[in-house]
Amino acid sequence: MAAITGTTEATGTRGPRPSRKRVSLPVWRWVILLVAAVYFLIPLFAALRFAGIGAFRSVISEPGFTSSLGLSVRLAVVTTVITIALMLPTAVYVHLRLPRLRRLLEGITILPIVIPPVVLIVGVLQIAPGFLKSTPYLLALEYVILAMPFAYRAIDAGLRALDLKTVVEASNSLGAGWTTTLFRVVLPNLNTALLSAIVLTVALVLGEFTMASLALFETFPVWIVVNDQTSGQVSVAASLLALFVTWLFLLAITVIGTRRARRTGGGEVTLFTVARQQTRGES
Amino acid sequence: MVQCDRLAVDQTVAAPGSLADPGALGSGPAAESGPRPKLTVRGVLRWLRTMAGIVPFGVYMTLGLLLPMAAVAIGAFRDPNGGGFTLSNVKTATHGVYLHGFEQSIILSVLTSILPGIFGLLIAYAIFTAKRGTVLRQAVITASGVFANFGGVPLAFLFIATLGSSGLATRWLVDLGFDPYAHGFSLYNLGGVAVVYMYFQIPLMVLVILPALEGLRSAWREAAENLGARTWHYWRYVGGPVLFPSFLGCVLLLFGSALSAYATAEALTAGTIPLTSIQIGSFLNGNVIAGQENVGKALGLGMVVIIAAAMVIYVVLQRRAAKWLR
Repeated sequence: MAAITGTTEATGTRGPRPSRKRVSLPVWRWVILLVAAVYFLIPLFAALRFAGIGAFRSVISEPGFTSSLGLSVRLAVVTTVITIALMLPTAVYVHLRLPRLRRLLEGITILPIVIPPVVLIVGVLQIAPGFLKSTPYLLALEYVILAMPFAYRAIDAGLRALDLKTVVEASNSLGAGWTTTLFRVVLPNLNTALLSAIVLTVALVLGEFTMASLALFETFPVWIVVNDQTSGQVSVAASLLALFVTWLFLLAITVIGTRRARRTGGGEVTLFTVARQQTRGES
Repeated sequence: MVQCDRLAVDQTVAAPGSLADPGALGSGPAAESGPRPKLTVRGVLRWLRTMAGIVPFGVYMTLGLLLPMAAVAIGAFRDPNGGGFTLSNVKTATHGVYLHGFEQSIILSVLTSILPGIFGLLIAYAIFTAKRGTVLRQAVITASGVFANFGGVPLAFLFIATLGSSGLATRWLVDLGFDPYAHGFSLYNLGGVAVVYMYFQIPLMVLVILPALEGLRSAWREAAENLGARTWHYWRYVGGPVLFPSFLGCVLLLFGSALSAYATAEALTAGTIPLTSIQIGSFLNGNVIAGQENVGKALGLGMVVIIAAAMVIYVVLQRRAAKWLR
């Protein structure tokens, strides 16, 4: 529902509303955020103190750093491409032609979240043919499954905010064919939704450890652990670095995405929803 | 990701409208979808044509998810030596150290789904009421995206440096006159692991509950206030009933996430706490007694059963809640 509502107004932020709650709410908000900040920042600070500044300089020259990071980035790219190529047409198709399958599809795409990766990889290693087991891209194929809940919901939110049917009908009545409609009408409108899908997929792939380690491939998270045995400080520095870089990357994407969406009349880009600027009525 | 939101709220809203007129694309009778009541050859062909659009997705899910899970389920009942049907794997998996593992896993998962669920909801609400598009809001949401995917040895290390016996926060507390280790706290037992798990569970909750919060329309609050409702009334009769099913759905999600967490607990405790996911991992790593090769699969099946049971509880709770909150 979140995406359809698209009300930009958050309760109690704008406009003069004479009410007692306005006074007490910000205090609550700051207390909660302060507690959260303490819990989340102190471990980061402690790890930073442990690693020391010098460790950050030697991270890059550590053996295995470039190759493992390279592998993770390649896997992220492959996973993202497959995910979008698979999920975008499916979601669009279901929205247009099979709307009654939408709930079923939602149910199916939740499954990877509730099925433990550690169980899934057991089955995968048993049935995967030999040529797949020897290549790390087996991981990419499974990461598509893991990323599906996030990717599908991001795309779905975008599609529901778009009012796809009207847009496609308009495009068709102007004489556009199926491909033209998809690439020149639907895709540009889904910019922000696709962006969140991509961001979530990339974050997942760059952080996934369980499957990679059990399938014996040295991705970046696995390398951090392996390397930890030789030099703990450098490992801590590497993981802190990975955290900060991923976060800055995500922040940049959402900020830029929101700016661009504003210019074209869209709403804010968050990771899961793409809110629209205007309310489309209480449907 | 709207699943917990969608699990519940959509039922009311999506039902009538979304069924209307699916044949928007293309022209001619072929555009109409759905199985027809009359079973003619043309009707079946038409149905097949409509369904063709979701075949790639279906094939991918089957190969990547259903087939491996079926392999696990079948393997759970297979004798590793002869290959015949046996119940001994399941028997082993539900006794002794493995039963204990299930118990500990469930306790840990319940603990680290309900507490982070509540705290994550509060944070999400604090963010939600902040002005849209501010740096604070986006910083918290993106940070949640990163932290929700954080785990394993790096996370374990963060907490060893903080709350380990000579960690930074531990020393601060000792200086203040309170030694947590003298009061029964340890980072390496179940309670300690729970504290660490919250580091990725709370952000996950923030991410998944935000869409549900955005479903709370400001107009409802205004309407309630115009009718004379206080904050408590609003939450009791409007916000709460709308939000509660989503909240339950999200907690269920956190439960699954905690249950399947593997790397963090292993790095932190090196197996001193028996958790099912770690036990499965050790089977994969080859630490197996001869004849028990398939017990790992039985354990995997057990985890799926636990999650299925949690889902049943979720459905029951949601129905009950719908009655209470009416």
